[in-house]
Amino acid sequence: MRILITGIANALGRRMAERLVLEGEEVLGLDRRPWPDAPPGVTMFNVDVRKRPAEEAFRLQPDAVIHMATVTHLAARKEERYRINLHGTQAVLERCKAYGVKQVIFISRHTVYGAAIDAPLYRTEPEPPLAGSTFPNLADLVSADLFAGSAIWRCPAFKTCVLRLVYTLGPSMRGTLSQLLSTGRVPTIIGFDPLFHFMHEHDAADAILAALRAELRGVYNIAGPPPVPLSILAKGTGRKIAYIPEIMFPKVTGKLGLPALSPYAIKHLKYPVVIDNALFREATGFKHAYDEVTVMDAYRAL
Amino acid sequence: MRARLISGAVEARLAQLPLPFNRYGLDPFGVSRDHLALFYTLLEPFYRRYFRVKTYGRQHVPSVGRGMLIGNHSGGIPVDAAMLLSSIFFEGDHPRHAHGMVEKFAQTIPFISTYFSRLGQLAGLPEHALQMLRADRLLMVFPEGARGTGKLYKDRYKLMAFGTGFMRIALQTHTPIIPFAFIGGEEALPTIYHAKLLSKLAGTPYWPVPPYLIPWPLPVECSLHFGEPMRFEGNGSERDEVIEGYVEAVQARINALIIEGRQLRGEDVGGGA
Repeated sequence: MRILITGIANALGRRMAERLVLEGEEVLGLDRRPWPDAPPGVTMFNVDVRKRPAEEAFRLQPDAVIHMATVTHLAARKEERYRINLHGTQAVLERCKAYGVKQVIFISRHTVYGAAIDAPLYRTEPEPPLAGSTFPNLADLVSADLFAGSAIWRCPAFKTCVLRLVYTLGPSMRGTLSQLLSTGRVPTIIGFDPLFHFMHEHDAADAILAALRAELRGVYNIAGPPPVPLSILAKGTGRKIAYIPEIMFPKVTGKLGLPALSPYAIKHLKYPVVIDNALFREATGFKHAYDEVTVMDAYRAL
Repeated sequence: MRARLISGAVEARLAQLPLPFNRYGLDPFGVSRDHLALFYTLLEPFYRRYFRVKTYGRQHVPSVGRGMLIGNHSGGIPVDAAMLLSSIFFEGDHPRHAHGMVEKFAQTIPFISTYFSRLGQLAGLPEHALQMLRADRLLMVFPEGARGTGKLYKDRYKLMAFGTGFMRIALQTHTPIIPFAFIGGEEALPTIYHAKLLSKLAGTPYWPVPPYLIPWPLPVECSLHFGEPMRFEGNGSERDEVIEGYVEAVQARINALIIEGRQLRGEDVGGGA
């Protein structure tokens, strides 16, 4: 089987590529960022997924495409995020159609559900993603998620699957949640302690591969162990907790040894985004290898 | 420091609870063992000495598996909920912890919202009820809602209109309903008047005013009466009239338990409430 991974240079991409090569699969990688020590068996295309040279990777006719060349961090400008997340996805889907790809997996985030006060604790796939209203900076991700999902009926020639992953933690120390933990002082809003849902990087990579093997079609939540309150997450990963009054939050973010966060991030520090992964577990039989305590212990030791 | 505050009895009962705590003492819904320990330690003197609650029929509460505790709501501030939680935690051979369905406004208040979450008292959404029951938990539901606690002393023990949502969820999840009556709540905080302006300012559904003005419950002797589990046929997609009939049956059973309870403490209750 030949598998194309876009955005391969991130932690999940590398992990998946290594696993697939070990299993004897052929891997094609697309990324603007280089991956100098890519293992043999991985053919790298060092180009932007939206650019014409990227088409060369599709001409090798991969059987499946795992698309995760999306920008999830908020440091990127809004226009840039829209270009990459929406037009990038459009380009990938069109080429998949043109070159006879059989299976497309789009990697989305559980944050698309949005941290809303009146939302149930465990969110399921049929629920609408609310992040567009609760966290306007994430609107492009919500659009990309739904746009990719529309390929399920727009492009019947291949199987489309949208995977909504919880936060990941692991040796790469990259990602949204790692950023929150990056300075060693974790901001919390006084009087609130929402549940945070995360899983180990390696488990996340395994889960995506499980979706690949099961040839899933549809939208699936992916989570590992149950969530823990932010205070426990901070303690468990060896961080200090900074207690911030709600009205002070926009003024202190990025200062006093706190990570720089969007003012909208306050919603995520007050209310949980937790997902139900029963559908995915049923469809693939996926089981996580790292429980919540192990994930935090391992992260603290890094 | 905190460990010394926790009563030994509470520790022993906690160890018997059928909840899947992880190494940090948390279950998948964010219920925390430490918070439960403190909560029940604080409730115990209220349950045993302040309200001197007597429990009847505790054996009707299943020792494992899902169940819906359905009963009357009373008394301005929900003493009944706290005493019901205490009763199923402290009485019988198999302690249980029940999950209440809380008014949504509580979720906006700092500290309160966090404490409610750590105690497994989630916002009253149908999704939460389904999730809890599918996880084989006990659910505590007062189908009268704020209509029950917000009634005046002259209407004491008169059941207000029941919501029907609980019945559809019970049918959908094949959950037995355990009816109960709580006696004493109406006398503990007799509401003679509702201060509308205060409730508006506080953002609460109502503000009870007792004859002694401060809305704090009096040390009235209370009792709890559990009835036999009730099971109904169906899958939750039945017509309204069917569901309403089932709900009426539950309501009638609770009414009978209320009469029993009031007679037991020597009241002359006549034929009805």
